[in-house]
Amino acid sequence: MNPWMHYLVWPLVKFLVAFIIVQGIVAAMNWVERRLLGFVQARLGPNRVGPKGLLQIIADPVKFLLKEDIVPANAETIAYFLGPILPLIPTFLVYCLIPFGPPPTFVAARVNVAVLLVLALTSTGVYGIILGGWASNNKYSLMGGLRSAAQMVSYEVPFGLSIVGVLMLSGSLDLVKIVNYQADHIWNLFPQLIAAFIFFVAMTAETNRTPFDLPEADSELVGGYHTEYSAMKFAFFMLAEYSAMLVNCCLMTLLFLGGWTLAIGGYGLTTQTLQHMGIPGGMLGVLIFIVKVMTFMLVYIWFRATFPRFRFDQLMDLGWKWMIPLALANIVVTGVVVLLGQSLNFQGEVVLSIAGAAIVGYTLYNLRPRAKVVHASRVSEV
Amino acid sequence: MNAAFLVFFVVGTIAVASSILVVAMRNPVHSALFLLLTFLCVAILFVVKDAEFVAAVQVLVYAGGIMVLFLFVVMLINVRHLPDDRTLSRFWKGGVGVGLAIFLLLATVVRTGTYHDQNPNKKLLRSTASHRVRKVTNPDGSVTRKRVVRHRTVGNSEAVGMALYQDYLVPFEVASLFLLVAMIGAIVIGKRELSAPEEETSPDFILKRMETEKDVKEAMSA
Repeated sequence: MNPWMHYLVWPLVKFLVAFIIVQGIVAAMNWVERRLLGFVQARLGPNRVGPKGLLQIIADPVKFLLKEDIVPANAETIAYFLGPILPLIPTFLVYCLIPFGPPPTFVAARVNVAVLLVLALTSTGVYGIILGGWASNNKYSLMGGLRSAAQMVSYEVPFGLSIVGVLMLSGSLDLVKIVNYQADHIWNLFPQLIAAFIFFVAMTAETNRTPFDLPEADSELVGGYHTEYSAMKFAFFMLAEYSAMLVNCCLMTLLFLGGWTLAIGGYGLTTQTLQHMGIPGGMLGVLIFIVKVMTFMLVYIWFRATFPRFRFDQLMDLGWKWMIPLALANIVVTGVVVLLGQSLNFQGEVVLSIAGAAIVGYTLYNLRPRAKVVHASRVSEV
Repeated sequence: MNAAFLVFFVVGTIAVASSILVVAMRNPVHSALFLLLTFLCVAILFVVKDAEFVAAVQVLVYAGGIMVLFLFVVMLINVRHLPDDRTLSRFWKGGVGVGLAIFLLLATVVRTGTYHDQNPNKKLLRSTASHRVRKVTNPDGSVTRKRVVRHRTVGNSEAVGMALYQDYLVPFEVASLFLLVAMIGAIVIGKRELSAPEEETSPDFILKRMETEKDVKEAMSA
């Protein structure tokens, strides 16, 4: 094939297709979130525009486009304009690296350090928030930006450390290889249960979602970093946040839930099986992938409906005193088990899965609903 | 002119220009942003040199971590603009001298080192030996385990890993120990300065109230 086609045109086409679909999902997620929050809070949610309020997806962008665009006096002009745009670039770039289905059709760019590159790109998403908060010339905005910077730097560490166990098991930084490894053995969720938990909490904190939404805590900081933003610029911030959420859910699916495969121990819908099935197989893979990703998106929203916001010192305590030591311990245990498994010839994943199941069982046992203890001497009184 | 050279030319120019702007800008936040641009350009240059691992780490550590902290500190201090009179440092001659010396050093190293080769020994750069335990079925049917050494070409993340954790394990650990000691030292020094002048900065009325409270307590106990 012509190298220009192979290296430039095809990846670009794939990226554009993925981009359009993902942006559609992001726009729809806003409606889903509001309806779901309404359901949880025993109210209706948006239900005026179109059937079940579905046309809200179109009404919102139109509203954002038509609203007045206000620039506060004494704002740092360039930084103020860069603020909403900067976080969009890395999140869109990440879509090039994420395999949405079996390769080679559904991967725009297959890189052998994909995991690292995705981490690196998502970590630069914080600049928009910091810059926007700083450039607005507003104390609340600045506070929001500073909180966001502190929070993201803190949670970047457990975010990265929780992936190390997965990398040790699969022995690769390539997302496709990690998925194939899981199809041949077992979903990383089971042997890396603690890591998956830490990853999910850290990614909630990275995207500034409840219960970690301190940068935009409305009861303390008005709107946080986006207080002074209106119209399309505000919409860009929202777009970046939801895109980042989606990217993180894709990563979670790829690293811990076997991506587009539905197989265990090499049996079931592995990458090879899907590739043999041709185009329908590929579509099936993408469908499986989307279902898994959407599950996590719903958990995100569920989180928002369930948990109250942390205080800032609680947030830092959780990150530095619980998440990081836990992630480090997980790395040590995983490393030791993998090494022993290689030299003593047993399946390290099985041992780790059993350990994970034991931890879950113990936790559930401690959390079991208990009958209220009534002292024997009081029974006669009742 | 090939694509790699074109990328190097364009990105390298941006990198040099933005690094000059880092020191030329009057607003510290703008300086920090140009430093960020420089880091990103250098990451692209690493990719051109087939060092994708170093590129990813460069973005992850410098752009994602260190620059965020830079911006954090700059905003906490909140210096909007530096004074307008542009002065050159008194030591600018020394600075230029050091810059030239480092340029000469690097130029000679690059011209004589690995990168000088038109066709560098790819086998040396990109292959590692990995040990695996393999089950081997003997002709008589019994199974024995054998240590198999595989030589294979790998991506450079694995090559870096092998170099750090096998070939240069001890220097690597020593360096990390140094960093740990330095970090603890920094924390200790920072803590002591914060806790020392605490009493002096307490407002007078608090000190007075404490004295009154003391008197009241003594009177009560007596």
